Amino acid sequence: MAKKKTIRTIPQKRAPIREQAPAERVRNFSEVSCGFRVDDALHEAERCLLCPDPACVAGCPVSIDIPGFIQKISAKDFRGAYDVITDTNLLPAVCGRVCPQETQCEGVCPVGETLEPVAIGRLERFIGDQGIQEGWTSIPYIEPNGFRIGIVGSGPAGMACAADMTKAGCEVTVYEAFHLPGGVLRYGIPDFRLPNDVIDAEIENLRRLGVRFECNTLVGRLFTIEQMIEELGFDAVFVGTGAGYPSFLGVPGDSLNGVLSANELLTRCNLMRAKDAGYDTPIPLGRRIAVIGSGNTAMDAMRVCLRLGADKVHCIYRRTRAECPARAEEVHHAEEEGVEFHWLTNPVEVLGDDKDNVRALRCIRMELGEPDESGRRRPLPVAGSEFEFEADLVVVAIGTNANPIIGQTSKLKLNRRGYIETDANLATSMAGVFAGGDIVTGAATVIEAMGAGRTAARSMKAWLGIRDTDRVYETGRAGGDGKRFGIDVRERNYARVRIA
Amino acid sequence: MPDAGKRSKFEIVAREDFSDVTYLLEVYHPLMAKAAHPGQFVIVMSHEHGERIPLTIADFDRAKGTITLVIQAVGKSTREMQQNCQVGTALHGVAGPMGIPSEISHARKTAFVGGGLGVAPVYPQARAAKEAGAYVIGILGFRNKGLMFWDDKFRRCCDELIVCTDDGSAGVMGPVTKGIRVAIDGHPDIDEFVAIGPPVMMKACAEATRPNGIRTVVSLNPIMVDGTGMCGGCRVKVGGQIRFACVDGPDFDGHQVDFDDLMSRLKRFKQEEHAALERWSENCRMRGVVTAGASSASGRDAADAADDLAASFDPYEEAKGG
Repeated sequence: MAKKKTIRTIPQKRAPIREQAPAERVRNFSEVSCGFRVDDALHEAERCLLCPDPACVAGCPVSIDIPGFIQKISAKDFRGAYDVITDTNLLPAVCGRVCPQETQCEGVCPVGETLEPVAIGRLERFIGDQGIQEGWTSIPYIEPNGFRIGIVGSGPAGMACAADMTKAGCEVTVYEAFHLPGGVLRYGIPDFRLPNDVIDAEIENLRRLGVRFECNTLVGRLFTIEQMIEELGFDAVFVGTGAGYPSFLGVPGDSLNGVLSANELLTRCNLMRAKDAGYDTPIPLGRRIAVIGSGNTAMDAMRVCLRLGADKVHCIYRRTRAECPARAEEVHHAEEEGVEFHWLTNPVEVLGDDKDNVRALRCIRMELGEPDESGRRRPLPVAGSEFEFEADLVVVAIGTNANPIIGQTSKLKLNRRGYIETDANLATSMAGVFAGGDIVTGAATVIEAMGAGRTAARSMKAWLGIRDTDRVYETGRAGGDGKRFGIDVRERNYARVRIA
Repeated sequence: MPDAGKRSKFEIVAREDFSDVTYLLEVYHPLMAKAAHPGQFVIVMSHEHGERIPLTIADFDRAKGTITLVIQAVGKSTREMQQNCQVGTALHGVAGPMGIPSEISHARKTAFVGGGLGVAPVYPQARAAKEAGAYVIGILGFRNKGLMFWDDKFRRCCDELIVCTDDGSAGVMGPVTKGIRVAIDGHPDIDEFVAIGPPVMMKACAEATRPNGIRTVVSLNPIMVDGTGMCGGCRVKVGGQIRFACVDGPDFDGHQVDFDDLMSRLKRFKQEEHAALERWSENCRMRGVVTAGASSASGRDAADAADDLAASFDPYEEAKGG
């Protein structure tokens, strides 16, 4: 092994990242960040200390072997790095872009104690993009085991579960209610954060692996989860339908024209391509837009509005910047692009004109009181501080509730908030049915949903009696000695993996 | 799983034109035909770049594996479908059946009110009630005799049928509320009304039955995107509460629905709709496309007709089904 790197010997500064300038990018839907070039990636890979007991792996919801893939980058073996990542994460180009790395892998990186942490996310994206560009896939030798798995929802949780079960030898069908697969990646996250062709490429990889996608299929209504098991011959089912069902303000004027959920705005823009010429779906445009809430969805909605040509976009949030749930980077980007933040402000009424269109928003100033059950200080209205400002579109991004369809159509046990109840292994109250992602936890992140999909896959394999081949599939291309973590891959996976 | 037989996915196997603007499509979708219940709807995309439009399932045939949609060509998408959806072609996407199925109540005497295009979606409910043993009264409203359809189907499942036309060219002259009065006068023991049609008609029906306190179920069809509860575009006010028509409905208690709110929200994209229709009509004219409408007695070409529509017709006035 090379001489041990120390915090003093590694490059002190992160490789710079090229971004579209704010003034430029608010006029297009192209990606903000241009990603690492080869030199940048090599520079950044040098910054990794290759800790023997890596905190970053523990900090990753799907436990990617981060030092392992970074080492491959240093050795300029990008294909090898791709194989290491896709061992555990089929969607590196997606996760490299949308994971909140600052609270996960990068948040626990020891380099970050003195310097900026290793830019793990950007390295992952670099490798993911290399994979797409070069048309790489990591298709292991799969020995069919005859089990049939049905997956409800083609979002990140469903995709992760589908990948693992397919690799384990099962025949997997993923059902999606929309006409295109991808779930929140498709309808929720805008192009400038996650281009559609990246989603297409990652889904194509799953298809090549053997996953079948059936779109236009609303499980629960077209057939039920019970029917999947009893009539359609599935041995196990994973439910990853996401949260859905957006909350509205509950203030007067809530249903005026020009008040809409961030979900609706984003779906019209991202999935239905309302912003593109030649597509039929309309999208409401505004000049002065108020977005309520300050999570990642709110940030996406605001930045979409700017790109659709709004003159001014305001962010209305009842707490302060410190409590703002969005990723710091997203807030920073939104600010750069000209979003005006109104912290400690809460809407009390939406005012309409004689045609029931929004004309203004009446708000009240807030102050922080005692901590509430979430541990955050509770925002309280300041009496007499109401004020109005002009707005012609109000986008509501204050969270979602559980989608009711699965509850309406199955006997799955739900908790009192309507989410599916599971045990720690993500098994539901129905034998053979597992669930994970937002429909279990409430709204969370893409990678957490993927983590849940993988956990459910492990449980499913245990339940079906499939030998778990969790961390596997060295195809021989990368390693040479066929060893990972010092363990002979063949030994662990003799049943299913053939060293090519 | 979906039949891999000779028919392609979402193939149109039959079509019938009721008038220049109203047409029926029978779509091959065996799973849907098996799963569908009265009162449910589908989301249709006619082509890859199209909108997702909600259409009520007007009928389904489990033996043939088809569902029936009745559509009024009012906006760009529905006019385009009128032109392109011929037998043998296929829709780009059909998702559903969405919404909570209508409750087939245990009412002994039920009246089913259909206005205009609403006649189609109320039909499977009337049939189901008849099969459940109820005394079924049908009340159908059309502008005139020429626009009338499915009166024969209703005659077969109704114990009594009242047809109303605005101009008196068939049945009773007047709106369906007149038919409702006739029905209530003749049968003071009606347990339930089910009314489907344009919002303004459903509102009138709810008002007509309110004094008698007869339960009146209406089926709402606001603007939707996904149809699965995800966007909230279809939210309606029912009894002061926000409900999503796609997953909490589409059936609601007509006496509780805020119809003014619904009608206002249906006009959300009026401007965009008009613009889209104008662009499309212009495009048709450039390409010299002649639609079914062109063969009408008026002799005008379809693009002119579409222009007229764009100028005068409110696409959501009769939103049901289109």
